[in-house]
Amino acid sequence: MAVGKSVQRKDGVAKVTGKARYTDDFSMPGMRVAKYLRSPIAHGRVVRIDTTRAEKLPGVDGVFTFHDVPKNTFATAGHPFSLDPEHGDVADRLLLTDCARFQGDEVAVVVTRDDMTAHKALSLIEVEYENLKPLIRMQDVLAHDAPELHKRSRNLIKEHAYTVGGDYKKAIEESDHLIEGVFETQIVQHCHLENHSSYAYMDDMDRIVIVSSTQIPHIARRIVSEALNFPLSRIRVIKPHIGGGFGNKQDVILEPMVAFLTLKLGGIPIRLKLNREECMVGTRVRHPLHIQVKAGISQEGNLNVIDYDAVSNTGAYASHGHSIVSAAAAKTHYMYPRAIYRCRARTIYGNFPSAGAMRGYGSPQIIFAVESLMEDAARKLGIDSVDFRLKNAVKPGDINQIGKRPIVTAGLIECIEKGRDLIDWDKKRATLQTPQTGPVRKGLGIACFSYLSGTYPSCVEPASARLILNQDGSVNLLVGATEIGQGSDTVFAQMTAETLGTSYEKVHVVSNQDTDVTPFDSGAYASRQTYVTGQAVMRAASELKDKILAYAGVITGMNPGELDIDEGNIVIAKSRQTAVMSLKDLSMDAYYNKNRGGQITSEVSCKALTNAPSYGCTVVDLEIDIPMCKVKINEIYNIHDAGVIINPLTSEGQIHGGMAMGIGAALFEVLMVDPDSGRIYNNNMLDYKVPTIMDIPGLGSGFVQTHEPTHPYGSKSLGEPPVLTPAPAIRNAILDATGIAINELPMNPKTLFTHFKNAGLL
Amino acid sequence: MFDFESYHKAESVDEAIALLAQNPKSIPLAGGTDVLVRLHQHHQDYRHVVDIHGLKELKEISKNPNGVIRIGSGVTFTTLTEHPLITGNIPVLAQGASSVGGPQVRNVGTVGGNICNGAPSADSAAPLLILNATVVLKGTQGQREIPLHEFYQGPGKVDRMESEILTSIVIAPENYQCWFAKYHKYAMRDAMDIATIGCAGACNIEGGLVNQLRLAYTVAGPTPLRCWKTEQIAKGAKADESLLELVKSSVLKDLRPRDSWRASKDFRQHVIQTLAQRVLQAILNQCGEVKP
Ligand SMILES: Cc1cc2nc3c(=O)[nH]c(=O)nc-3n(C[C@H](O)[C@H](O)[C@H](O)COP(=O)(O)OP(=O)(O)OC[C@H]3O[C@@H](n4cnc5c(N)ncnc54)[C@H](O)[C@@H]3O)c2cc1C
Repeated sequence: MAVGKSVQRKDGVAKVTGKARYTDDFSMPGMRVAKYLRSPIAHGRVVRIDTTRAEKLPGVDGVFTFHDVPKNTFATAGHPFSLDPEHGDVADRLLLTDCARFQGDEVAVVVTRDDMTAHKALSLIEVEYENLKPLIRMQDVLAHDAPELHKRSRNLIKEHAYTVGGDYKKAIEESDHLIEGVFETQIVQHCHLENHSSYAYMDDMDRIVIVSSTQIPHIARRIVSEALNFPLSRIRVIKPHIGGGFGNKQDVILEPMVAFLTLKLGGIPIRLKLNREECMVGTRVRHPLHIQVKAGISQEGNLNVIDYDAVSNTGAYASHGHSIVSAAAAKTHYMYPRAIYRCRARTIYGNFPSAGAMRGYGSPQIIFAVESLMEDAARKLGIDSVDFRLKNAVKPGDINQIGKRPIVTAGLIECIEKGRDLIDWDKKRATLQTPQTGPVRKGLGIACFSYLSGTYPSCVEPASARLILNQDGSVNLLVGATEIGQGSDTVFAQMTAETLGTSYEKVHVVSNQDTDVTPFDSGAYASRQTYVTGQAVMRAASELKDKILAYAGVITGMNPGELDIDEGNIVIAKSRQTAVMSLKDLSMDAYYNKNRGGQITSEVSCKALTNAPSYGCTVVDLEIDIPMCKVKINEIYNIHDAGVIINPLTSEGQIHGGMAMGIGAALFEVLMVDPDSGRIYNNNMLDYKVPTIMDIPGLGSGFVQTHEPTHPYGSKSLGEPPVLTPAPAIRNAILDATGIAINELPMNPKTLFTHFKNAGLL
Repeated sequence: MFDFESYHKAESVDEAIALLAQNPKSIPLAGGTDVLVRLHQHHQDYRHVVDIHGLKELKEISKNPNGVIRIGSGVTFTTLTEHPLITGNIPVLAQGASSVGGPQVRNVGTVGGNICNGAPSADSAAPLLILNATVVLKGTQGQREIPLHEFYQGPGKVDRMESEILTSIVIAPENYQCWFAKYHKYAMRDAMDIATIGCAGACNIEGGLVNQLRLAYTVAGPTPLRCWKTEQIAKGAKADESLLELVKSSVLKDLRPRDSWRASKDFRQHVIQTLAQRVLQAILNQCGEVKP
């Protein structure tokens, strides 16, 4: 049995010994470097650009501007293709632009023999801009006379509104209390260790090979094809090891450009890699949201209505655009499904770096607003925060109001109870006097979440797996799903071992995807791979098993139905100690017997036609030094219902990483953009305060293991959910300690200072 | 890749001085933790380098029989944090050194580089200011010794002539014996951060009264600054909680914190006052005059 065990990660040793090869670890003879010329202003048109001096510099192979690139706009979001044109992503991007839409926009690119020459060549390009008014604030973007960032867009990408679950007006009228709040979330950046990097070359005159740090090799291939008007089958995308992505590599950022450049320059290998400063503005960020929330509640504390109106700002280019806020709004309904939901959401443009996918995909923002408001509601009614949530939390059998489907597994109530007990909530609550006085005050906070395990039915959910029995009885597993650090290769190997009846060590996962070789899968996003790709892996493993047993029947003359595989041996199912033959002997026969057999393989490509909500909460105990404007977390736990846990250790690692990221967004991080000029102040690791190991408290986690029937091993999502609730839990604990509701992020010392001062605490 | 125009590795301080004199555009490179950041940004003023990294004659820490402590400019933060002459006599400097960056930066960054860089945020500056440290400079014109607070001239500007090397920092016994001192770095993170405000204080107390107070801040003006007025006012004051209020009400008069996107002026002023109280409280706790 391999599922449920904390086996060692497949890539663990390679990574800690430095053996794992990332995109930048490969080089080719004659490789050139490409570098972007980035706009120094946030909004303006290029009225003159002169590249002649740069072109003459020795060591320069090419300089390209807006004039040289294909004139068809393309969409960059890493979504699978949508057959419904209405559902497609917004195509608003060119390879290079003559209109700067954020400070850092890509105006030209040079290809040179080395970095230094690239730097010099860039300094020799002369550009004149006509300045336009930068639009950063929501009211500026939506003003009547605002210039349009993209023609005929009115600066609005999309909007939608709906009410589900019953009669909204009636429910509002019947509510004893209406609670309202306005919440602002900030721009944060993924800060994955490995910056974006890609290179491309042509290995004959027909085909472009792209090696890239991407979460989505198969989607990247299609988008490059669209961007360059180049046949998809003549593009090959290879994904080596990846140093983190968190959604920022679920977008096609460098691949079209490197493909374009190698195509232009006769197929020479060209590398385009961003440094940290570029990566923080020239890739993607998290959408800042402005959210108005209203809740209608009965005197007994029943949540009748949740109503939110969200404006999401996607920055300079659409990228994932409106999908972010609409997915997040939809996923939140699984938490309190007995309430009526009204939702209105708009996504607008603005002159700052493009916002795209980032761990949680809009849910951290929406959940910050909703769970903060739930806290305000509980307090207004005088109900304990935990009890209020227990009263309203989802129960198995509740109906999700959007899809009108019953919710099968829902361990939210157990998660809340477990969190309450782990942090000793009741005892601590009893000892905290209210209101508190003195410079250091303590608080308890909780926040809950719901999430999904993929994107179905909003998007197609394809997955494929290929298994090959090797001569020595081990198996190779090829998947189109990508390992990006989250541990998917490891759990796929566990699933394979479990179903096949072999040991985990005997499953080798081909970790690097290559669109010429690996079967189709849309990649790492939406916490989908364990749930969606897991279904293909299970089916491929059971198909392989059937084929192996059938061949064992051929060799032995026994009935395959009476045989099984156990720890690498073919055994009699009813007396498992009796080994008929080893997998190795069987495989050698299949490969080399002159008269029968052949390589034993299986291949499954399927689509997930289900989706399963996962649940959980954060509970936190913290204290605040008011004069110092600093928060100290004493204890914090994340409890997850992610179904059956395939690997407890890597799951815990995933939770710790997500919690740290959530704490970062709660207390530290913000990419600062000047609202007047669009200047970006802090696109570096000194001024962008991603927390260090010294800033992260001890992290606790717990599981409530439900058994999700739509998944072959009972599992649900765990990749993104850990990041969802630390911020609202911390906000609620600060409110508990100080009586001050901070409805904006991050709650860093500067923000706390302003709030404490306004409240007369300082 | 760095865009050097010239690079020389000096084998001695004298050779470094000669090299610097030959090329007025050149600058010394010690640990390189400031210089390499500039080179990475292709800064124009950092293209000619005289490398003094690792010079033995700059790496010594000593204390003479009179109690004079001499710290070579090439001493790293890690050494400052761990060296018994520092931790035993002037632990406030070890506090400053240990608050710098992270272990890697502390292993190469030097106290000389920290001072010569002229940053208003230098974490060794406030402790050295309240220790009344003097700096020793050697150049083609010979050797000179000046008080640290005079060495600082403006943001990023220090009183160093082109050929000069800062060789050592000197602390006289009357500036640490019978003193209690404390450094507090206030930053947005607990590691890998520059100070929002840094505060070092020292007190010399006799019979429950403040004989002398010294207070210095970083990031509270164009250079690290001493609080001369407040120090005057505190002379003879009672060494109890009333001192905290006294200092709090005076300290802003000595300082000129900036309003910037990194932190607003009123926030910095608030932190300055809060740190004054916290640092003094810690000092009073140390000398046992006030019970915690
Ligand atoms: C990641 C990181 C984190 C950091 N964190 C902090 C922090 O928390 N606190 C802090 O104060 N600083 C911090 N710094 C800045 C830096 O580490 C310090 O200023 C350090 O003391 C510089 O010393 P160095 O030996 O590396 O100087 P270098 O970079 O070699 O030199 C700095 C300057 O001083 C000059 N110089 C050096 N030595 C001499 C000499 N003997 N005589 C004359 N001139 C000389 C150089 O010409 C240069 O102008 C950080 C830097 C980095 C990269």
